[in-house]
Amino acid sequence: MKYGLYPGCSLNGTGIEYGLSTKAVAQKLGIDFVEIPDWNCCGASSAHNRDHLLSVALPARNLALAEQHGLDQIAVPCAACYQRMKAAEVALRDEPTRREVGEVIEMKVEGKSRTRALVEVFTNDLDAEFLSSVVVRPLSGLKVASYYGCLLVKPAQVAIDSPENPMIMDKLMAALGATPVEWSYKTECCGGSLAITRPEASLGMTANVLKYAKLAGADCIVTPCPLCTSNLDMRQKAAEGLLGMELGLPIYYFTELMGVALGLEMSQLGLTKHFVEATSLLKNTPAAQ
Amino acid sequence: MKRIGVFVCHCGSNIANTVHCEKVAQVAKDFPGVVLSTDYKYMCSEPGQVMIQEAIREHNLDGYVVAACSPRMHEPTFRKCAARAGMNPYMVEQVNIREQCSWVHANKEKGTEKSIDLLRMGVAKVVKNEPLYSTTIPVTKRSLVIGGGIAGIQAALDIANAGYPVTLLDREHTIGGRMAQVDKTFPTLDCSACILTPKMVEAAQHPNIELMTYAEVEAVDGFVGNFDVTIRKKARYVDFDQCTGCGACTEKCPKKVPSEFEMELGMRKAIYTPFPQAVPNKPIIDAKHCRYLLDGKCGICKKVCPTGAVDYEQKDELIVERFGAIVVATGFEQFDISAYEEYGAGKIPDVITGLHLERLMNASGPTAGKIKRPSDGKVPEKIVFVKCVGSRDEAKGRPYCSKACCMYVAKHATLLKEKMPNSKSYIFYMDVRTPGKNYEEFYARTQNEYDAQYIRGRVSKIFQVGDKLIVRGEDSLLGRPVEIEADLVVLAAGMDPRGDAKDLARTLGISYDQHGWFTEAHPKLQPVETHTAGIYLAGACQGPKDIPDSVAQASAAAVKAAGLLSKPELTSEAMTALCDEAICSGCGLCQSICPYKSIEIKSINERYHGQMRQRRVSNVNQGLCQGCGACTVACPSGAMNLKGFTNDQILAEVDALCQR
Repeated sequence: MKYGLYPGCSLNGTGIEYGLSTKAVAQKLGIDFVEIPDWNCCGASSAHNRDHLLSVALPARNLALAEQHGLDQIAVPCAACYQRMKAAEVALRDEPTRREVGEVIEMKVEGKSRTRALVEVFTNDLDAEFLSSVVVRPLSGLKVASYYGCLLVKPAQVAIDSPENPMIMDKLMAALGATPVEWSYKTECCGGSLAITRPEASLGMTANVLKYAKLAGADCIVTPCPLCTSNLDMRQKAAEGLLGMELGLPIYYFTELMGVALGLEMSQLGLTKHFVEATSLLKNTPAAQ
Repeated sequence: MKRIGVFVCHCGSNIANTVHCEKVAQVAKDFPGVVLSTDYKYMCSEPGQVMIQEAIREHNLDGYVVAACSPRMHEPTFRKCAARAGMNPYMVEQVNIREQCSWVHANKEKGTEKSIDLLRMGVAKVVKNEPLYSTTIPVTKRSLVIGGGIAGIQAALDIANAGYPVTLLDREHTIGGRMAQVDKTFPTLDCSACILTPKMVEAAQHPNIELMTYAEVEAVDGFVGNFDVTIRKKARYVDFDQCTGCGACTEKCPKKVPSEFEMELGMRKAIYTPFPQAVPNKPIIDAKHCRYLLDGKCGICKKVCPTGAVDYEQKDELIVERFGAIVVATGFEQFDISAYEEYGAGKIPDVITGLHLERLMNASGPTAGKIKRPSDGKVPEKIVFVKCVGSRDEAKGRPYCSKACCMYVAKHATLLKEKMPNSKSYIFYMDVRTPGKNYEEFYARTQNEYDAQYIRGRVSKIFQVGDKLIVRGEDSLLGRPVEIEADLVVLAAGMDPRGDAKDLARTLGISYDQHGWFTEAHPKLQPVETHTAGIYLAGACQGPKDIPDSVAQASAAAVKAAGLLSKPELTSEAMTALCDEAICSGCGLCQSICPYKSIEIKSINERYHGQMRQRRVSNVNQGLCQGCGACTVACPSGAMNLKGFTNDQILAEVDALCQR
């Protein structure tokens, strides 16, 4: 299977573990990811607040590049990138918009390439039987809270699953042998976009996500979003202070847990780069012992 | 050329203020065919009508045009006037120079001009009018009531008491419907079963009522006065003639199934009666769950039955019966709350609906009337109600108000406080709507005497932490978010049309709105009639309703049905569609567009170039046709004509308009 890959800025920076684990897992599964040459910023978090045309044109250029290189499907790991790219894809279905954007980016764009969230590619495109056959270290006994955040499930035109109770990552976790917990904060906002401007408001929201995962009995949280991850991971100590309770919840990218289940080395997956210590929980799973 | 008379009415000053009536009459004298033209202050008055009748005789008129008010107002008057003078009533045309001219215009010159134009058109049309005759059809003096809830029962009783035989049909194997599931009724708090079951028994024992339960309507043919209804009597696997209703089979049946009547809060057997007061009070076998019918093992009920009534070989039976009138009373379904994922609906066991709470409150319900929450049987103390779930919510495709929820929530809050004085009810609402006799007073009591706390705002999220349900919402009067830790959440689920309401509507040939509620013929003036003559609506199948409204509408529908049955014979519509077989190509477009299913394609034999050949053409059933004219518009070859509004007549009007 061949896909275009749009890594975005975080996969080499704040979300380096996401980048490392994505590549390692893809290689292990025999999925061919071709990085879109000369890609640019998707515009997330700022462009659509400034200018609508800019917010479509930025990702549209990446879509145009993908088209030029014959990449019909683009896998996008970052949830924010996915949402901007998919929103552009939807906007480009309108012929006048397509023409206008084409003039702005000075490229021909037909809107042929399909934007896919990485979590979709790793679940819907993989045969369930195949996936269970390659799991060598099932995550038995690991209680996981799947946290989707807001960007993959809203608004309806770009959503990959139900906005209230998505299940796609829960099913993936179950396929890896882990136990997904029932909880109610799957798609609540983590406060990511207020993290810089109003940190006290943001922290309250982050803390609630962590609290309810803990109350649901989870050992850890799994996410498909670098922004959520950095909030939940980096600010967990501050959240503990705010809540007055101990959390100790490692925050994993779903690709990291896939990698572990597939038998890859933890350091190769970036698991040593977390704020909340992330390796011992996995070493302690019954399967590892 | 026909001899035509013209009569221009002043309508006091209603028309005369804006139209020179004398001038109009004067000009009309020169229209082709006009032998007499005159004006008068009130044409509809007795002297006016006498004047017309004298003119008909004196001038030997073939037809006449009256320029006056709307035909909706006085067409019957002027048609009868013609008939009294020996003229065919369909040789009259009425031109509207009041509602569509004098009342809406101010300029007298222009009003006069317009009146002349309209009159010219009327005269051009009446010249082409042909005498039309209505025929009479016999009436089958029996009525069918579809649906045995409170509306159907009431309608059946009223028709039966008027002296006509009624067949009361229900798809379930007992009558009683939704009301049987309800514990108490607002605003009087009398026990629902106590007022319903006497009616059920009365219906079952009434000499004019035939109960036909566990049966469904398969097809409807025929027309007003003579509907031929195909009914499927579903196999019960119990011979009701032999069954005594002793209940031994139910007691011994080993198979337990969640009870639909108890909203799956309790269990029933595979051979069962849904509730103790069921009518008829004899069990049936649920074929989907019966061990014997599924895999041939068991057979206990047959062994224990003292009268040998159990019959595993029974099959569905199709019967065709003829009815003069049909009352549709198929009711509603409770909205499926699982669409509200944000409320954990369908996932969290302690997030329940109003009907669930009815069963939990009911003394003969699964908890014997003790309020125990479904998850762990704990008695709840804090109860949160959320109103408008599946009502007034565009996002869920339900923009309409379900009408009964505000009151049933108030009732629930009152009863919970009575049963459990230490409990507290919180009610999230958008508006509180209590337009009904003694409703507002009841609502006020709920707040003032029963301590219910009403919170204005929507709930955004309900989730479970430990054994508590966290309800998050907004208090929009305080402008603040609120959070309540509840033990039980009741969603005031709204009303949905029956899932198969649209199928039934198509079978009956009646119309329905975008949601599936059956449509009345006129929202104000014909609230129980449908567009199909002889079919009437009762209860919530026409739109959300509470019990008093359903009963009132049922009695109204019964009066309409009995009125129809009381006629010795029916006069059919004279202005019906007619197919010109010489032009008809048999394409069938008219057949598919006809809302009354009155058009069929038939084969005719004709001579063509000296040889006989067969050809398909449309045929309009004159008894069914209501004269709507849809087929005449659809017909590509112009073969379909509406008598009284033929293509020829309408073109003549257009020609006349262009002649000015």
